[in-house]
Amino acid sequence: MMTMTQKILAKAAGLKSVKAGQLIEAKLDLLLANDITGPVAINEFNKIGVTDVFDKAKIVLVPDHFVPNKDIKSAENSKQLREFAKGQGVINYFEVGEMGIEHCLLPEKGLVYPGSVVIGADSHTCTYGAVGAFSTGVGSTDLACGMAVGSTWFKAPAAIKFVLKGEPPKWVSGKDIILHIIGMIGVDGALYKSMEFVGDGIKYLSMDDRFTISNMAIEAGGKNGIFEVDEICLSYLKDRVTNEFETFTADEDAVYDMVYEIDLSQLKPTVAFPHLPDNTKTIDEVGDVPIDQVIIGSCTNGRLEDLRVAYEIMRGKKVDNRLRVIIIPGTQQIYLDALKLGYIEEFIKAGAVVSTPTCGPCLGGYMGILAKGERALSTTNRNFVGRMGHTESEVYLCSPAVAAASALTGKITGPGLI
Amino acid sequence: MAVKGKAFKYGDNIDTDVIIPARYLSSSDEKEMAAHCMEDLDKNFVKEVEAGDIIVALKNFGCGSSREHAPLAIKSSGVSCVIAKTYARIFYRNSICIGLPILECDEAADNISKGDTVEVDFSSGKITNITKNEVYYAEPFPEFMQGIMDSGGLINQTRKKLGL
Repeated sequence: MMTMTQKILAKAAGLKSVKAGQLIEAKLDLLLANDITGPVAINEFNKIGVTDVFDKAKIVLVPDHFVPNKDIKSAENSKQLREFAKGQGVINYFEVGEMGIEHCLLPEKGLVYPGSVVIGADSHTCTYGAVGAFSTGVGSTDLACGMAVGSTWFKAPAAIKFVLKGEPPKWVSGKDIILHIIGMIGVDGALYKSMEFVGDGIKYLSMDDRFTISNMAIEAGGKNGIFEVDEICLSYLKDRVTNEFETFTADEDAVYDMVYEIDLSQLKPTVAFPHLPDNTKTIDEVGDVPIDQVIIGSCTNGRLEDLRVAYEIMRGKKVDNRLRVIIIPGTQQIYLDALKLGYIEEFIKAGAVVSTPTCGPCLGGYMGILAKGERALSTTNRNFVGRMGHTESEVYLCSPAVAAASALTGKITGPGLI
Repeated sequence: MAVKGKAFKYGDNIDTDVIIPARYLSSSDEKEMAAHCMEDLDKNFVKEVEAGDIIVALKNFGCGSSREHAPLAIKSSGVSCVIAKTYARIFYRNSICIGLPILECDEAADNISKGDTVEVDFSSGKITNITKNEVYYAEPFPEFMQGIMDSGGLINQTRKKLGL
């Protein structure tokens, strides 16, 4: 009777089964915070009155939003995070030289695995559903209490099943699939619910595609976005994860509030127009949209495959001279791999800038803030009013392929046309 | 427990980036957050808000980021309660954790206008629109969440649980 998510939560709560709506107390396998949410969580943790975190191996602290520090206040936040990590003996603290954007970094380091229960004080913590984990975003106070006691409360969620069928056409990536889904169900279409991804079509999706899809479950209001674990996933985990783990599949008679069948072969590159991720158009409906800036990066699309696609489109060409093009590898390892593969050299020759890993411009932090009236095309995850800068600027969301093709033309362009 | 104040009225999908923009996230000082609350959506909010006032919105209030700065900014600005049709789940959870009362009620969300004087009784879920002479009912908090609110937030409840 249970969904994948309900099975994981039942086990973590020490129960045989759970039903949608049931309140449970679940043991936590991993807790994550960054340089924005971490300091608030540490301040709250200190109010509890315990001296030590419940398990220093299960806390991950990653300064990634405003590092290398953009100003004095962010430097002080990072300092607080660093000193807490040192004082508590937190093993998984990643300093600037070995860091990455948290949701690119944790899977790469093998810290998340099937069946694990992960909370993070960052809304995109749902990314780890790609490896069959239950992972969800929480606030700093929830994280603080989790760090003290090692468990937290959940309401076992109802679920929506997405049966993915068929093979996506060339240039249709995980980003296009999830933008299509958000456009279809709306920014609150999965509110409080699990999004569970199954079907024959998932065998055509790389792990990087799946991370992108799970990452944006929150943009449909989802509590988590989880994939069934298959051979592709197991082979990704093989040399990374040292913990023993169990994989979960939904029962045949699991209850879903809704089931959608999606034929991936019919999808097209998709762009979300301002100011909500569900305001989507397929590339053939976009029209003439000139842009001022292109961003390729973020926890949504800063992985090696994202950079490879951009490289294949941009190599040997020049970015349009009306544009600023900013490329941000997701982790130091991805940066190094892209360097060895020659991607970085081609990006720079094409006229793009390449940054050290950071969330930077995605949330309007730094490294590419927009002026009044400017328009960015970005592989990031949100296009709310003022998200990347001035309240009268605009953000359009797309895949790395559309971003790279548009970098060459100066307006939103389908990769098939380059 | 009951609160009373004038209503600020907003629409669907009010996101955490407009509740407290990321350019202010370097600080976690409550006064500073309150000084910029809602400024990208409603520049007059900070000037007009008084202790006890109530925010009323439509669906999916607080969508987007997990930043606890968002309910903290609202609470620090003096708002006594938020009423909406639905909430993004992390915002909902964060509000309970920090002790910001938050109710779901379609009828109140549809019928309360900006400036209406509204009274909310948390124990019964009764919402009285004094200006329009109307009454609406929200579901009261589930007992479990009421317990967190009664303790003054999750930190205090955790302290109790640990015998501290």
